[in-house]
Amino acid sequence: MDNLLSITTFIPAIAAFILAVFLRGDDEAAQRNAKWVALIATGLTFLVSLFILFDFDPNNTGFQFVEEREWLLGLQYKMGVDGISILFVILTTFMMPITIAASWNVTHRVKEYMIAFLLLETLMLGVFMALDLVLFYLFFEAGLIPMFLIIGIWGGKERIYASFKFFLYTFLGSVLMLVAMVAMFAEAGTTDIPTLMTHSFGSETFSLLGIQIVGGMQTLLFIAFFASFAVKMPMWPVHTWLPDAHVQAPTAGSVVLAAILLKMGGYGFLRFSLPMFPVGSEVLTPLVLWMSAIAIVYTSLVALAQEDMKKLIAYSSVAHMGYVTMGIFAANQQGIDGAIFQMLSHGFISGALFLCVGVIYDRMHTREIDAYGGLVNRMPAYALIFMLFTMANVGLPGTSGFIGEFLTLMGIFKVNTWVALVATSGVILSAAYALWLYRRVVLGDLIKESLKSIKDMTQREKAIFAPLVVMTLLLGVYPSLVTDIIGPSVEALISNYETALVDADSATKLAAATE
Amino acid sequence: MQADLNVILPEILISVYAMAALLGVAYTGKDRYAPLLVWITAAVFVVMAAWIGFSGDGTRTAFGGMFNDDGFARFAKVAVLLSAAAVLLMGQDYMAQRDMLRFEYPLLVALAAVGMMMMVSAGDLMALYMGLELQSLALYVVASLRRDSVKSTEAGLKYFVLGALSSGILLYGASLVYGYTGTTLFSGIIASAEGQAPLGLLIGLVFVLAGLAFKVSAVPFHMWTPDVYEGAPTPITAFFATAPKMAAMALFARVAHDAFGGVVGDWQQVIAVLSLLSMFLGGIAAIGQTDIKRLMAYSSIAHMGYALMGLAAGTAFGVQAMLVYMAIYVTMNVGTFAFVLSMERDGRPVTDIASLNLYSRAHPGRALAVLILMFSLAGVPPFLGFFGKLYVLRAAYDGGLVWLAVAGVIASVIGAFYYLRIVFFMYFGEEGEPLEARKSPVLWGFLMASAAIMVVGMLNMFGVEAMAQAAAATLVD
Repeated sequence: MDNLLSITTFIPAIAAFILAVFLRGDDEAAQRNAKWVALIATGLTFLVSLFILFDFDPNNTGFQFVEEREWLLGLQYKMGVDGISILFVILTTFMMPITIAASWNVTHRVKEYMIAFLLLETLMLGVFMALDLVLFYLFFEAGLIPMFLIIGIWGGKERIYASFKFFLYTFLGSVLMLVAMVAMFAEAGTTDIPTLMTHSFGSETFSLLGIQIVGGMQTLLFIAFFASFAVKMPMWPVHTWLPDAHVQAPTAGSVVLAAILLKMGGYGFLRFSLPMFPVGSEVLTPLVLWMSAIAIVYTSLVALAQEDMKKLIAYSSVAHMGYVTMGIFAANQQGIDGAIFQMLSHGFISGALFLCVGVIYDRMHTREIDAYGGLVNRMPAYALIFMLFTMANVGLPGTSGFIGEFLTLMGIFKVNTWVALVATSGVILSAAYALWLYRRVVLGDLIKESLKSIKDMTQREKAIFAPLVVMTLLLGVYPSLVTDIIGPSVEALISNYETALVDADSATKLAAATE
Repeated sequence: MQADLNVILPEILISVYAMAALLGVAYTGKDRYAPLLVWITAAVFVVMAAWIGFSGDGTRTAFGGMFNDDGFARFAKVAVLLSAAAVLLMGQDYMAQRDMLRFEYPLLVALAAVGMMMMVSAGDLMALYMGLELQSLALYVVASLRRDSVKSTEAGLKYFVLGALSSGILLYGASLVYGYTGTTLFSGIIASAEGQAPLGLLIGLVFVLAGLAFKVSAVPFHMWTPDVYEGAPTPITAFFATAPKMAAMALFARVAHDAFGGVVGDWQQVIAVLSLLSMFLGGIAAIGQTDIKRLMAYSSIAHMGYALMGLAAGTAFGVQAMLVYMAIYVTMNVGTFAFVLSMERDGRPVTDIASLNLYSRAHPGRALAVLILMFSLAGVPPFLGFFGKLYVLRAAYDGGLVWLAVAGVIASVIGAFYYLRIVFFMYFGEEGEPLEARKSPVLWGFLMASAAIMVVGMLNMFGVEAMAQAAAATLVD
């Protein structure tokens, strides 16, 4: 199985093609077929991706399962995974069947819906596996198209505004990255990611339009990549597209957005920013750290004021992504381990929270917090599951949310105590908004007339939550499941980063000495 | 003499065909033969394109250097002929339906094609002007083909007046160049313009470039484009958007590198500014358009900006990027206009964008193809349009024009908005009066083929990359 990665990536695309070409009609049978084809394809993708996981050697910090082919313009089709990317691949393949199963109630243009999600899966997997700059960009950007359609066609009332904002905002962020990639291609003469990770780009300070650019070329490249990943993450203050997109997207769209698409930004920082532009990263680390700290506190406060459940969870996502960027740029083992862990755990937890909202939205067709209250009286199973994920979101020990937050805070404490102090207050704030949300929606007496006949979760809904519950608890009590796999690669990443910094530093000193 | 004639044999054959057919049909069936002539002309184009394409490599010159037959010219000629053939076939049904299919139409297009072939092969300012005028005169006539329509005649007149003005500017520039170098041959100009060029020559260069910028409709010489695009019958608009653009762009490259290759620094900044303005004006002005033909006019202005970005690099790779970009642009436009031609309601053509409301519901296949073309035009990966942008960005970076590359990608985000608007109408719009799609297998075929090329092309671009590289190498040593 030399092409395991390509097979995994393109199974969903092939299924989408089959749906597009062979499925005719829009009656009930055709809709059911479309759903089953999508579910089977995503399930199969997950099974195949498990082969990658089992054959993966965590102690080998290089890229594994590498495939390479010539392509246009001196580019290459090159795929591979290492300790940093493999779990994102698994996260994607794991979440997609759940997403499809959660869309079982869709009745509007089902075939197109499933095609969009299947193509989206292929593109997301490609992002995490690509080992060529342009191939990465291709997958990264192409993912906007299905998501644009998902929000625009199956979204809520303000879907048009949200879809355009989503597309143009993220597109603007990414095109600067494209210019940076062209620059890297021209400077290093290759677009091969492993080669670029060992290439050191110029870091001599020069002045541009009268401004001294400390860290030179590396800083500029870092900023260009940062523009893209910060929007994608999203980081404060460029997060404003996310609440709109989340609120308007259909439930499954929100799940994919929160669980996987947001992780591309964090993955990008780990794959490009730290290893390729160490000097640029170091120069701008304080900025990134403070942006993260502000994001954690500010968006938590904003979340407190929300009246729409999805918007609240969206802001909570921004806050949790703040921990991720903070951990990454702490640039030590705990910080980066924690950041990756936080991304995976947030994938399960935020996905599950959006599904929780979806469950009651399907019944009442509103996301207003005020429209609910006392659900525990009629929906005990729902109340239990919602509570579990609320607690996980708060970061209760025993759930995966705790590990991620704790590790990143520990990482940052070693580097910058003040940022750690500010960020830790976010833990309290997150407890405030999450528990308050839970109280308003689930607890209390059931007094609203409209809720008197609401039904508890069906077997299908419970089955959807089961794997997420298992993962959240399992990672909460046994985190080395993850850290064993990512540990060696993270260690290599950090040692390369530090060596590169020392090299650049001594080169600068040498240059100063010779002058 | 014999050898000279051999070099221009394809041009002679097409001219002879056009004139013989003109005489023959004028004395016999007239417009009854028009559909037949369309097919024959398209077939002649395709045969000539194949002949030129497969005639092997090498450079031949004729008439003392006035006419070059090199790899660059052959690449441009093949693209011009194939796109002209495609557009002819696409428009036939539309024109026959509306009783505008005159037998002169395919023959005028054939003569315009000869003019374009002359342009891209020109090795002399005289030959350049001859080709340009032959092309332009034929285009003025076809723009006002619909004599009884005020809009069409207005388009023709506007095009004529502004075209004549631009030709005048170009001629004035050419005369200055001649005055300062004493020759009209490109090879002579490049020899005397080495290093430090005299000021008068530079002024001449700027005038020549301005005249050419009119032909590719680069900002600030773009004013005629939206009106002519809107006013001319749609098949003619489709023609304007494809073959003449390719030819004019190739001519631009030819003049820049063959005649003024010694003073790259002097024209580089001019072209870079033209490129910058075109990209931004094309992107911003298209936002407010409600007519798809006007929108495509601004879109083509923006795309010319990107092609000029490749040219502005002033390197062989820049020319290659420009050629690749233009080949992709022409393919996308053929597909898009195949769709525009099929838009109608109660048998009348519709060009209002809002009429596309929920088009995807009734025609999922066509809507998908248009969606692919729109994203490709916007330069969103993974479609071929993205690779075109990547090429010119790379060329601009290598040529030291980083600021232009950054400006280009920002303009592309602005431009993405109006392409998305079309997708928005087709997929997210509200239920409205339905738009019919003309049941024409030819249009359907071109639309689908063009969309398929946008997807499949990312595998290896059908070898266009290598051809463009070889072509660029013959132009820039």
